[in-house]
Amino acid sequence: MDSPLVLAERNLLAPGGLSVPDLEKVFSRVMAPSIDAADLYFQHSRSESWMLEDGIVRDGSHSIEQGVGVRAIAGDKTGFAYSDDIVLPQLLEAAGAARAIAQSGNGAGRPLAVRDNHALYPADDPIDGLDSAAKIALLRELDALARSLDPRIKQVMVSLAATHDSVLVAAADGTLCADVRPLTRVNVRVIAEDGGRREAGYAGGGGRCAYRELVDSGRAHGWAREAVRQALVNLDAVDAPAGTMDVVLGPGWPGVLLHEAIGHGLEGDFNRKGASAFAGRMGDKVAAEGVTVVDDGTLPGRRGSLSVDDEGTATHCTTLIENGRLVGYMQDKHNARLMGMAPTGNGRRESFAHLPMPRMTNTYMLAGERDPAEIIASVERGLYAVNFGGGQVDITNGKFVFSANEAYLIEHGRVTRPVKGATLIGSGPDVLTRVTMVGNDLKLDEGVGVCGKDGQSVPVGVGMPTTKVTGMTIGGTAA
Amino acid sequence: MRRARAAGASQAEVSASVSTGLSVNVRLGEVETVERNRDRGFGLTVYFGQRKGNASTADLKPASIDATIGQACAIARYTEPDPCAGLADADRMASDFPDLDLWHPWQLDVDRAIEIGREVEAAGREDKRIENSEGASVQCGDALGVYANSHGFIGRERGTHHSISCSLIAGSGDAMQRDGWYEYVRNPAQFPEFAGIGRTAAKRAVARLDARRLSTRECPVLFAPEVARSLLGHLVSAVSGGSLYRRASFLLDHVGQPVLPGFVDLLEQPLLRGGHASTAFDAEGVATHASALVAGGVLQRYLLGSYSARKLGLQSTGNAGGLHNLIVPPGSVDGAKHDFEELLRRMGSGLVVTELLGQGVSIVTGDYSRGAAGFWVESGEIDHPVQEITIAGNLRDIFMDVQAIGTDVDPRSSVLTGSILIGKMTIGGE
Repeated sequence: MDSPLVLAERNLLAPGGLSVPDLEKVFSRVMAPSIDAADLYFQHSRSESWMLEDGIVRDGSHSIEQGVGVRAIAGDKTGFAYSDDIVLPQLLEAAGAARAIAQSGNGAGRPLAVRDNHALYPADDPIDGLDSAAKIALLRELDALARSLDPRIKQVMVSLAATHDSVLVAAADGTLCADVRPLTRVNVRVIAEDGGRREAGYAGGGGRCAYRELVDSGRAHGWAREAVRQALVNLDAVDAPAGTMDVVLGPGWPGVLLHEAIGHGLEGDFNRKGASAFAGRMGDKVAAEGVTVVDDGTLPGRRGSLSVDDEGTATHCTTLIENGRLVGYMQDKHNARLMGMAPTGNGRRESFAHLPMPRMTNTYMLAGERDPAEIIASVERGLYAVNFGGGQVDITNGKFVFSANEAYLIEHGRVTRPVKGATLIGSGPDVLTRVTMVGNDLKLDEGVGVCGKDGQSVPVGVGMPTTKVTGMTIGGTAA
Repeated sequence: MRRARAAGASQAEVSASVSTGLSVNVRLGEVETVERNRDRGFGLTVYFGQRKGNASTADLKPASIDATIGQACAIARYTEPDPCAGLADADRMASDFPDLDLWHPWQLDVDRAIEIGREVEAAGREDKRIENSEGASVQCGDALGVYANSHGFIGRERGTHHSISCSLIAGSGDAMQRDGWYEYVRNPAQFPEFAGIGRTAAKRAVARLDARRLSTRECPVLFAPEVARSLLGHLVSAVSGGSLYRRASFLLDHVGQPVLPGFVDLLEQPLLRGGHASTAFDAEGVATHASALVAGGVLQRYLLGSYSARKLGLQSTGNAGGLHNLIVPPGSVDGAKHDFEELLRRMGSGLVVTELLGQGVSIVTGDYSRGAAGFWVESGEIDHPVQEITIAGNLRDIFMDVQAIGTDVDPRSSVLTGSILIGKMTIGGE
């Protein structure tokens, strides 16, 4: 197998007659004495999706996107332009537009030096890894499985999606590296009906791996079962309570709490600008003793992982909160430079047509020592929330929400009735100080996370062990 | 399309678009980012009888377009025959293309954009309680699109959209509050005085200082216009074809049934001059018409493209791709029409919501539970700002409990509604 750089040069540069020396030519066009940094981001992205509904594989699509983004930075000013045509004249034109923020003059970047990265995932194209007939067969199999599990399942929608993304980053600081990123996903959504009541169930997952891995491991079939289970549980759900009570979060996807409550607030850009509720609080106690939270882009094959970030920095495992104290921010190159810190491999962008910024990768809380059963048994009256939809945060006042779509009442230390979905709201700098028990069952999510910031979406992961948080506000309707 | 037909497709449709724009951000008086964008796209759908394939590319070189056609056809070899698949019916294609006044390019250069951004932000920062800024943004953009299908239909569309926004931070430390304001227009001549955008952003951020929580309670809730449209958005989702044929809506089989109080009409006006979602044809070329979605509180029809219409045994309503402008006339259960201040007085004591957080809405069941921020109102007057609370209910009940719709219509969206007063919702708090 060729290295990512060889692949990227072949796929990205060669078709437009470009070579690495041409990129140095572009930097000589971009760089001026007042320009501190500049980079080029070449991308070729191929995606497909297949969808089954009402028992018919009724739609499939394929798309190709490619282009190059040119960024020039002077102080805290950024100029940015891009072209969907990867040829020298267009590249030079974009470079001219990007450097328009700087005074005129001439300079040059450092010579480009190849950096090899430790690859966290295979470079193979997942789209070609399974033939179309096998994809159709998989969709049909998951549909049949979901329908076979319970007669109350009235609708099943199954979809497969994969992307094969090749990127090449060249920067005036001499960075030259490439990454070839697979991403696959399987989703199952069902509607269950019983006596006029209708509920949805949803499950899915994926990662930076081949479809085959999702199937052979049994995970894809597991999601079909899980979607059915959730819909059936919800058929019996009663109104959720309104008001403040203790909450036990299940392991895995409930880690979306960390993403919203503290993750965004610890992104470098918000802190540089003083716009985050966590600004200036480095070293402060922001969580209970025993709470350690990391952002880890280095987990092999995970949805949020990257061998290198979109600025060519190797990803790290960055500790954000260590035993309750705030110890780290997530940084891209630009904000790290302005804050006098080191980049942490969190510079990410949706595509060549978007500017990079500090973004999360896989954000999770480390395991504690409690037995999950003991945690539930400790709650007199509360909510046990095991599955969530999305969330949102106001970075500045720290208020965040996340919405449970599978939750149960805890009464006298026992999980009792399922309750309807409800939004939980809290305050980021405060919520982790209310953690009183951390389980020994750390789990990462199944690989479904999409994080949105400033209109840009990127795949992310979250995780947590079973965790008890006292006094959270629950947005139900029952007294 | 000829090439797709040559490859054996019985029907085909093609869309192509190009958009360009400039976006400038200014923060604390200095330029922060200057972005130029130009996006192109080409997409093709082919039908081999009732099998369908899609492909798209952002690379418009002839060889790439050929490859895209090949990919769409390859997919259609594997998808399964779907009796509802195919183009919209030929006799529904639009043939009249009036000028809808959507094209008003803004000759904005970088220097002028910076100047406007500085003016907007500076006006907001005049207020001493504004301690920090997330900046002001000035954007202009234009888009051209063509949609064609093998019925011989070719539709061309072009439109411009421009925006100016500002986000400011009042207070410091634990007391920080951020809010903002924006304007969004098709014609730059419609921008109000630029400085007013910054001043409104400042006023909104300052008004949130010292926000408190509320105790858990039931009370009336007034959705300010900038969030009221999201409520109607949920109604639109629930009566859209995709939710209905998947049986994933709390408004299944509700045509002819009351879904709102009798004083409420919701009117779709696709040909509104200068409207944010105006168009003479939908995403399948079907001619659009003005018609009521809700009249006298009763649901008149669904929002259907040809696929969902066939699934439901109905006709397309020209809503492939969505709703094309929704007019929401003001009114109330007793016939009175109110502006925002009058709605506060009508409410007496209750919650005004100016911001909603999260996605806690189920279109399948209508269950609604979202984070909220806004103001507590006492005796018809704003008493204090509130935050970190939830509001909840079921959309079916919430819609039937609409007490009044204000005259304070927000023009920045294709859903043209004023504030909406709901009789009672559950507040989750302390």
